[in-house]
This record gives sequence, C-alpha cells and structure tokens, in this order.
Amino acid sequence: MADVQKIATREGYGDALKQIAAEHDNLVVLDADLAGATKTAKFQKAYPDRHFNCGIAEANMIGVAAGLSTMGIVPFAASFAMFASGRAYEQIRNSIGYPHLNVKIGATHGGISVGEDGASHQCCEDFALMRTIPGMTVMCPADNVEAIAMVKAAYEMEGPVYMRFGRAATPVFHSEDFKFEIGKGEVLQEGTDVAIIATGIMVPEAIEAGKTLAANGIKARIINMATIKPIDAEMVIKAAKECGRIVTVEEHSIIGGLGEAVAGVLSEECPVPLKRIGVNDEFGHSGPAADLLKQFGLCADNIVKVTTEFVGKTAASKKAVAPIENVDVRLWLDSVK
Amino acid sequence: MLAEEKKDLSLKALSVREGILTGTLNAKSGHPGGSLSAADMLTYLYFKELRVDPKDPKKADRDRFVLSKGHAAPALYAVLAQKGFFPVEDLQKLRHIGCHLQGHPNMNLTPGVDMSTGSLGQGISAAVGMAKGAKYMKKDINVYTILGDGEIAEGQVWEATMSASHFGLDNLCIIVDINGLQIDGTTEFVMNSAPVDAKFEAFNCQVVKIDGHDFDAIENAMTAFHANMGSGKPFVILMNTIKGKGVSFMENQVGWHGKAPNQDEYNQGMADLANARKAIEEA
Repeated sequence: MADVQKIATREGYGDALKQIAAEHDNLVVLDADLAGATKTAKFQKAYPDRHFNCGIAEANMIGVAAGLSTMGIVPFAASFAMFASGRAYEQIRNSIGYPHLNVKIGATHGGISVGEDGASHQCCEDFALMRTIPGMTVMCPADNVEAIAMVKAAYEMEGPVYMRFGRAATPVFHSEDFKFEIGKGEVLQEGTDVAIIATGIMVPEAIEAGKTLAANGIKARIINMATIKPIDAEMVIKAAKECGRIVTVEEHSIIGGLGEAVAGVLSEECPVPLKRIGVNDEFGHSGPAADLLKQFGLCADNIVKVTTEFVGKTAASKKAVAPIENVDVRLWLDSVK
Repeated sequence: MLAEEKKDLSLKALSVREGILTGTLNAKSGHPGGSLSAADMLTYLYFKELRVDPKDPKKADRDRFVLSKGHAAPALYAVLAQKGFFPVEDLQKLRHIGCHLQGHPNMNLTPGVDMSTGSLGQGISAAVGMAKGAKYMKKDINVYTILGDGEIAEGQVWEATMSASHFGLDNLCIIVDINGLQIDGTTEFVMNSAPVDAKFEAFNCQVVKIDGHDFDAIENAMTAFHANMGSGKPFVILMNTIKGKGVSFMENQVGWHGKAPNQDEYNQGMADLANARKAIEEA
C-alpha cells in the first residue's frame, strides 16, 4: 500500500467538528488538556468561544457535557480512550447513559497503536466498558473518510455516542462519496469461504489479508463493522450462513469487544465456528505503533495465518452449517467432533 | 421577610417534611435525615427563588436545580408535589415498581427534575454544564445545586468547583447542606472537610455561611447571590443544618441517614410536625 494515503482517524474527528460547527451553533467541544492530540485544536482555532477546556479532570468534563446537553446544546467531549472510557466510566454511566443524554464522546488514541507511551495509555478495554451501558452507541471508524462521516452521523442522531479514533496514520480506502449509516456493516469484498469482520484500523489490514487469502485460494468476505453497538446482527447472521465461519479482528481485548459482540449474535442465532483476533487479555507496552501491531498479531500477515489455519481446522463443520435449520443438532455436533 | 410570608413558607416546609415521612414510610426505605435537613432550603428555592412553572416543567428558559445529594430525593419530591408538578398522593408510591419516583432523582420520569443524580459528586458537574450552557446561549438562567457535606469528599466536587470559577459562572449557586453527619458517623470522624469555607474561597468562590433553617438568612443569602452576579465568581452558600430537623427523635441521629420510619415512628413524627404547625398557626 505504498501509494495509499495515510491519515489518522483522529484528524477526521477534528475536521468534522469544524465542518458541523459551521452550520450548527449548538455544537460545542470539550477537552481535558488534550486538544492538540485529539485534533480538536482545529475546532478551537476556528471557534474559540465554543471550545471549553476542562483541564485534566475527565470526570468533571463528562458531567459538564451532561449538563450542557440538558440545555439543548450538543457537546462533543474529547480525551484519550483510556481516560474518557476508563477514568470517567461511572460518570458516563450515571450522568449520560442513565438519563440518555445527547452527549458525544470522541475518544482518540485507542488501542496499542498509541505506541511509545505504553500500556498506561493503550486502552484495549473501551469497547467492553461502553457496550455495557444501556442505550450507548459504540463506533470506531476504519479510515479518515469514515471518521468524518461518523462524526456527522453522531451529531445527527439523538442519544449518547462513544466513538474511538486512532493516533497512528492509517490507510484511507473509502472514496469521498462514501455514505455512512450507524448500525450498518459494510461488505468490502465478497467471499463464501470465511467472513472476516474487522473494526477500526484493523479493516485495512483485513482488506490486505483478503487479497493474500484470495491468491492462496481462500475466498474471504471482508466486512467493516464500524458500529460495534448496536451490531449489525443481520449482516453477521448472513455471513455465518453463507460463509460458515467467522474471524473477527479488533485492536481491543478479545474480551468484551467486537469479537464477543459477534459471538453473542452467532451463539444465539446461527452457531458457526468463530476465531477472535485481538489483544489476548494482556497489557501492551512501549514501542513504535507499527511494530507493536505486528507483535500483537494485529496485522494482515497474522490475519492470513490465523484464517488459513482456522479454515483448515473447521473444514468438517463448514459442510454441516448450511442446512442447519433442517439438521438434527446432535448430528451437527457429531460432525464437528 | 414579612411575617406572613415567613409563616407561609414555614407551613409549606412542614408539608414537605410530612411528605418526606409519608414517602419513606411507604417505601420502607430511603433517606429521611438528609432530606429533612435540606427541606427548608428546598422550600425556599421552589416557592421564592426558582423561575419554574409546574404547568410547563421543561420550559427552555427556566432556572435549573440539581440535587447533587440525590439521596435527599424524598425532600425534592415532596416540594415538587407541593409546587404542583405532580399529585401529592404520588409520594405514597415512592420507590414502588411502576412509580415515577425513583430511589434517586430521574429527570426523564419525574416532572420538575432537571438532572438525574444519586452518584455523589456528579450533580455539581452537571450544574456547572447547565450554568456554562446558559452563559454560552446568553440566557438569563440561574442554576442551583445542593450538595451534602459528606459528598464534598468526592474529588469531582473540587474539579467541578475549579471549573465553575475558571468559567466565571456567577449564575451558579452551590449550596452545601452541612448537617455534620454521614453514613459512618460525623463528617469530622469519617473524613474531615473543615474548613469548608476556606476551601471554596481558595477555589475563587464567593462564600456565605448561614443557618439553613432560617428563612430570613436564606433570603439574605439569595439576595447576596443576585448581587454577586457580574463578579464572575460562583456563589457558595454553606448552610448549617440539623440532620433529621423537625422530627424530634431523628434530629442529629446518624442512624436516620438511610432508614425509614416504621408506623409508630411515622405517627410520632407526624405528631411532632402537627405540633409545630399548630404553634406557627397560633403565633
């Protein structure tokens, strides 16, 4: 992808806020001393009177955002994913989630691609935390184009939203006329041997993996699942029925994130073998982002490796899946063994 | 304050206290102590201070009130009912399944409640957001919040106070109900917050100290709040109160923080309030 443009999704967050603000007076932005890093400084420069820096006090920032929203204002509160979702979890739960207030949380620096700052700043738990709050929409864009579209869609919808953006520059693959819809997955490549469902900056890696897999004779369906909650269950079930096996990829703990959201749909609606690629219940550490992603297996090469093994291992169950509605479950279980 | 006016407020505050006992009796749970200590201030706020309309509870330009010490919900509900936001009979269903009166305030269920609270330390931040929002929209809206003296141990309270000063929110009135008791004992024993006045002053607030059961003192404090507007400083009222005020056996008893009266205790409490009513009416 040498000739592909690379932009961090956090850039899109700042740009989109500026664009929406030009048309809507009721949008304000809150920061916790990270305006430069969250890219809201672009907004701050254009609209200094509408940018409220709350200092290094995330809990209060979330409460202030809640109060602002009760006045008919649409606040976008920004910090790093670790502090937005972690430090202020209970404030989000009780002051925003419980009253279902129209607050948008823009969390940048999600995942281990934060890089050199290390584990204290590498949040791989935010999807899990935010998913558990009733009524919370949880999203993560796959590239800068989607980031901009997502922020605009978040502004347009009523209710609390958590959005995770990345620090590292990552490939832009959507065209400018891309249309984003909250709660809808996006099939980027058709395939029936396996479905690879990815979110965030793992999506371009999944696309690359799909190409290699195709060259090796495995037709993988590549799905961008930008909305983690509410998950596009229809698309997951369709992929399960048509592909017979699913791989999920996320720059997040395999506990509580995209993988488990997909697992929940599959186990209740259409049980097929599932392989989750993500951070395996461990903390990250310091290092260059690209090297860390490789080390943690969050890269195209590892997606190819894991998917190839998984397709081989699950060859038997794949055959039994298609007619599952008509099959005696005990026979199906036998065939898996 | 005119004698007639004070008499009227005193009688209303007694009705609020009766509502607190009725609510907690029927709920078989709840927090009467800290509700009774805040009852006079809440009565004053809703009948003298706040520009609110029970017929139009969501009116955009109304003043806002946030009960940061959300466990005093029985007092807030009783005063909202007195004010006409919903029938007084609803208090009998406090904390019952299907009733809008939740254990802690819910802004989406109860008419007149401006913010859902209950988790201590969070209401004041929302109040800061409301006051900041009013300033941003250039609206003449004042925001009032009541905190408990145990609650101010929460670090978020000081984050919020610092931001209120930083944002120049002189339309914000922060009231601290200093009844001296919290669940595990006296505030002095559990987590000594003294000196509270010096703390808020150090956070660049304008501070007054009053007797929270004296309507003249409350009125003077509110006059000072209005006079303070334009200073850019948040206004803080530290009100000394008696936990359980008005119900003889609950006064200054830490055990009545989060315990409902049984029927006998309820009857005795109602008798205390009836005697007080008689004394006011005959004066």
